[in-house]
Amino acid sequence: MATFRQQVEATIPALRRYARALTRNGDIADDLVQDTLVRALRSEHLFHGGDVRSWLYTILTNLNRNRLRSLARRPVLSPLGDNDAADQSGPEAGQRDIERALATLVEDQRNALLLVALEGLSYREVAEVQGVPIGTVMSRLARARAQIKAYLDGERPALRRVK
Amino acid sequence: MITRDSPVTEDELHAYVDGELPADRREAVAAWLSEHPDEAALVAAWRAQAESIRARYGAVVDEPVPDRLRLDQVMRYGDTSRRSWIAIAAAAAMIAFMVGGAAGWLAHGASAAPPTSLGTITADALEAHELYVVEVRHPVEVPGNERAHMTKWLTKRLGHEQRVPDLDGIGLKLVGGRLLPGPSGAAAFYMYESGSGERFTLYCSKLTAAETALRFEAGERFSAFTWVEDSIGYVVSGPPGRDRLEQVAKRIYEQLDRATGKQT
Repeated sequence: MATFRQQVEATIPALRRYARALTRNGDIADDLVQDTLVRALRSEHLFHGGDVRSWLYTILTNLNRNRLRSLARRPVLSPLGDNDAADQSGPEAGQRDIERALATLVEDQRNALLLVALEGLSYREVAEVQGVPIGTVMSRLARARAQIKAYLDGERPALRRVK
Repeated sequence: MITRDSPVTEDELHAYVDGELPADRREAVAAWLSEHPDEAALVAAWRAQAESIRARYGAVVDEPVPDRLRLDQVMRYGDTSRRSWIAIAAAAAMIAFMVGGAAGWLAHGASAAPPTSLGTITADALEAHELYVVEVRHPVEVPGNERAHMTKWLTKRLGHEQRVPDLDGIGLKLVGGRLLPGPSGAAAFYMYESGSGERFTLYCSKLTAAETALRFEAGERFSAFTWVEDSIGYVVSGPPGRDRLEQVAKRIYEQLDRATGKQT
């Protein structure tokens, strides 16, 4: 059976992926993962069985929420979005579209969608991470998907198909 | 969209996309979708979204993990707050110091203090919650493992007996406490933390207001439960969800209530 540390270690690449999608910035993402790992190792004694992976996602999600709150208090101008107008076609543009669409979501909805679609967590696991009933997870997912669809439909009309 | 009478709900369509349906139902939904092109298009759009997300971020797992994130290294590096949040910590400490000094001076000269309301201390408590809850390195002045010392110190500074609730039973560890300026003298501020890093705080201060039962104050980023008992106002703040906060507030309320009951 894998030890606690081995399970944590095995989850690091996935945590980096989730953090990258949450923050859209490699350095900030790795800072979040680092803080998550430090907290996990410090609180190892508080962990009594259960799913290590869900627990790590929970810590990272909470730390990111704290980070967003501390940012909200400071008037920081986001450098992202400066180039929004200059759009190009091709797969690169498609990837930037989804990035921007994700950025328009409310935090809890973005977390839920990324945990399901990118990290492959079950609804039950996401409910555990977010500390809400499964029904709430499902309504967050539904709203996230509707919002992204509306964004992509509205922002990128059929023009893209004309190459 | 999906009408009320249709046999397949929108929830089921999401569950279908995410592989959460049992096998027999999955087939039924697939068959239903073949006859409902609008919903089939919706499902296809949701799948395309997920594919775009994976195409954008999926490759991160194949990147080499940087040294500072290796388990045998990470404790040596410590948490990043030392780099990015130290300026905020310093500023917060400075403001608390200056406001504390000013409040002490004002209280010194004021013979007829204006009446204080629960609303005033709720605002103060939420402000303190927001300020300190993001602190990784210096969330408190006295750490939770010095509970006896902290209780004695804050009892002396507030002028009424402090009891620090024990929330271990609901998975919350005492991080510690600090002294804050309150509307009529000093206030005590205690912080608790769950294993996953969720933080709750208890703020208590003398208050010239009538006793109240527990009240819920819903906020967007934080919520609070407040009450007044024996001329002391209490504010328990935490993440916005009501259920967990209510559990925490009730546990605190019961412990403080029992403690005062014993004394009288």
